[in-house]
Amino acid sequence: MLKILRERLRQGHRTAPYPQQDPVLPERFRGRPRFDLERCPPGCRACLDGCPYGALQVRDGRPCIDLGLCLFCGECAASCSAAALMFTRDHRLAARRREDLLSGADEPRLAQALDARMKKLFGRSLKLRQVSAGGCNACEADLNVLGTLVFDLGRFGIQFVASPRHADGILVTGPVTENMKGALLDTYAAVPEPKLVIASGACAIGGGPFRGSPEAHDGIGDLLPVDLYIPGCPPHPWTALDGLLRLLGRL
Amino acid sequence: MSAVTLKNCGLVPLAALEILDFCAFAAALRQEVDAQGRIAALFAAPAGEQFDLFALIARDWQGQLALLRSRVGARYPSLTPELPQVHLFEREIAEQYGLVPEGHPWFKPLRFHPSWTGRDAWGRDPRRHPLVGEMDYYRVAGEEVHEVAVGPVHAGIIEPGHFRFQCHGEQVLHLEISLGYQHRAIEAQLPSAHPLARVQRLEAAAGDTSIGHATAYALVCEALGATLAPPRAQTIRALALELERLANHVGDIGGLATDVGFLPTASFCGRIRGDYLNLGAEICGSRFGRGLVRPGGVAFDVEAPRAEKMLERLDSMARDTQGALEIFFDSPSVLARLEGTGRVRVEDAEALGLVGVAARACGLAVDARLHHPQGAYVDTFDHVVIEESGDVFARARVRRREITDSLAWVRRALRDLPGGELRRRVAPPAAESLAVALVEGWRGELVHLALTDARGHLSRYKIVDPSFRNWSGLALALRGEQISDFPLCNKSFNLSYCGFDL
Repeated sequence: MLKILRERLRQGHRTAPYPQQDPVLPERFRGRPRFDLERCPPGCRACLDGCPYGALQVRDGRPCIDLGLCLFCGECAASCSAAALMFTRDHRLAARRREDLLSGADEPRLAQALDARMKKLFGRSLKLRQVSAGGCNACEADLNVLGTLVFDLGRFGIQFVASPRHADGILVTGPVTENMKGALLDTYAAVPEPKLVIASGACAIGGGPFRGSPEAHDGIGDLLPVDLYIPGCPPHPWTALDGLLRLLGRL
Repeated sequence: MSAVTLKNCGLVPLAALEILDFCAFAAALRQEVDAQGRIAALFAAPAGEQFDLFALIARDWQGQLALLRSRVGARYPSLTPELPQVHLFEREIAEQYGLVPEGHPWFKPLRFHPSWTGRDAWGRDPRRHPLVGEMDYYRVAGEEVHEVAVGPVHAGIIEPGHFRFQCHGEQVLHLEISLGYQHRAIEAQLPSAHPLARVQRLEAAAGDTSIGHATAYALVCEALGATLAPPRAQTIRALALELERLANHVGDIGGLATDVGFLPTASFCGRIRGDYLNLGAEICGSRFGRGLVRPGGVAFDVEAPRAEKMLERLDSMARDTQGALEIFFDSPSVLARLEGTGRVRVEDAEALGLVGVAARACGLAVDARLHHPQGAYVDTFDHVVIEESGDVFARARVRRREITDSLAWVRRALRDLPGGELRRRVAPPAAESLAVALVEGWRGELVHLALTDARGHLSRYKIVDPSFRNWSGLALALRGEQISDFPLCNKSFNLSYCGFDL
């Protein structure tokens, strides 16, 4: 018993001082990509051709990255000899609308808070049911991390619950395999109205690395109405927490 | 003997593999197993109207691999009654190609996907997608016998799977595990995928084993191209693989602590696991090692100042880890829950071909780092951790001891990184060849095999994740146990659903 107490005292308090202080991410962390269009050589397609998922696109003659399709592998930035594209350490990526995930040279459009009625209902207590639908378990692992005392999700009034009946919404990971489609829709139906749907990770948003698989659905977009998109492969726990708190109007 | 022998990361021209008559193939396999060989993989590939069967045998104590090949039509006599370790391989082949192993004692679908040939081994309508979980479950009848069904959606943030317990009161008579919910068709899609998407799909085959699967894929590509990754890259790969092992083993002990209600270690390990993931992210920016391992080498360097910084952090993490583990293994109330729970007998482990932590906890010396070393493990790994009791305690203790060993290994590697380049261009793959790579991931042995066609393109890619072998071990561990001990037994294996389902 004394040994346990001694170890407890030695290891001390480790909860991060978030959101008062910004989290510190590793030097090589790949967060929000940034374009420097003036450096873009005319007619160059090096970055566009390298992405197997079509995350790099040209909209109105300007390049941008669809964060919903991006795996943040950084191969595109590495193939850009003009250094016109780089991945910054900005972990804030979540958005409310699918089109807000298009990230170009403009200011990022971060997730807006819920409307007044929904915020009144869920703002101080949000219970979520997580459904894993064909992912690789990395998204799940980094969501579980939110429950550790570094992040301490409970202090924000957010909790993952065991039953959809107890939940205010579902958080989906994975591209939705054919074999999980039924269970996902059943779980959604079992959540009482009004309810939220959160797509977490590249798979749930657009199929991720499994985009185009005959056994998966390229994400939940065609199956459920999505209220929050959290990009990443997998999303960093700070990215997920940032998205959830913005949705509740807490950031 | 008509087997072709090779070393790990070896390549064999298909023409050198004699096509045996099935009886001779079966006899040779039995002979290999009698001589302490392990069947590391059994898979099929189309050969005109027929199908080639390939068996990969690991002759562990000789540090050798052996390949056998046969050719079959739509049916062949099942090998499972005599060689139980192939039971799932035969079901997998049946589901993929519609080949029926006649006399298989437990013949059911595995992952519930349509057959790749349009021929269904169970006579289901090939135009319809099979309904997941639709099969005959083993049932026990009798007074006060009841069935408990759990999943696919579980109570926590966990992957989906379905479990059926046949219980008498609290006692589990039998557990049947039915998976397939995570099936993403990785094997079927791999040959036609974009080269970058290939490695990224394998990094996500089982997300907690990104380094392991990506390394196995890189080794297969390098074997096909007769190119060796530079020594510095080999060491960085192994360093990342050991960090992956550390993160997961620490996390698993935290999970066991959660399941027995020992909160201090549960909290400590939850956090410390993240520390190891973050240390990996210092190398490549991703907590799961995404983007680090690429065919030909690695994409990120560990420069001297970075290695210095990592060593410093490792010192305080090692101290925290040691403290968290000590109080766990010193608590009598914890040990009382672990000891004697979920025991797997060594004979069963061997017969089923268990690998990794689960096998080593039963006293089996199965570790690819020792028997089939590649890259930085050659001549640097001489110690395999074995426990003999086969229970939850043994699986926990294997992890604890491997944590100590991996810490020492990582420190040594960081202090002593070889110099030189990080990545070499891999030469075009050899045509009509078979390449194989074994990597000891944190759960156990990962086996990757590739076949190329006449133009050197991938024609078949086979992945064996350790979870594919070990789920059967969990089912056996539950025999005769209280159903309330399921979470603890399950955590002590901590198997991957998507690694099984691929």
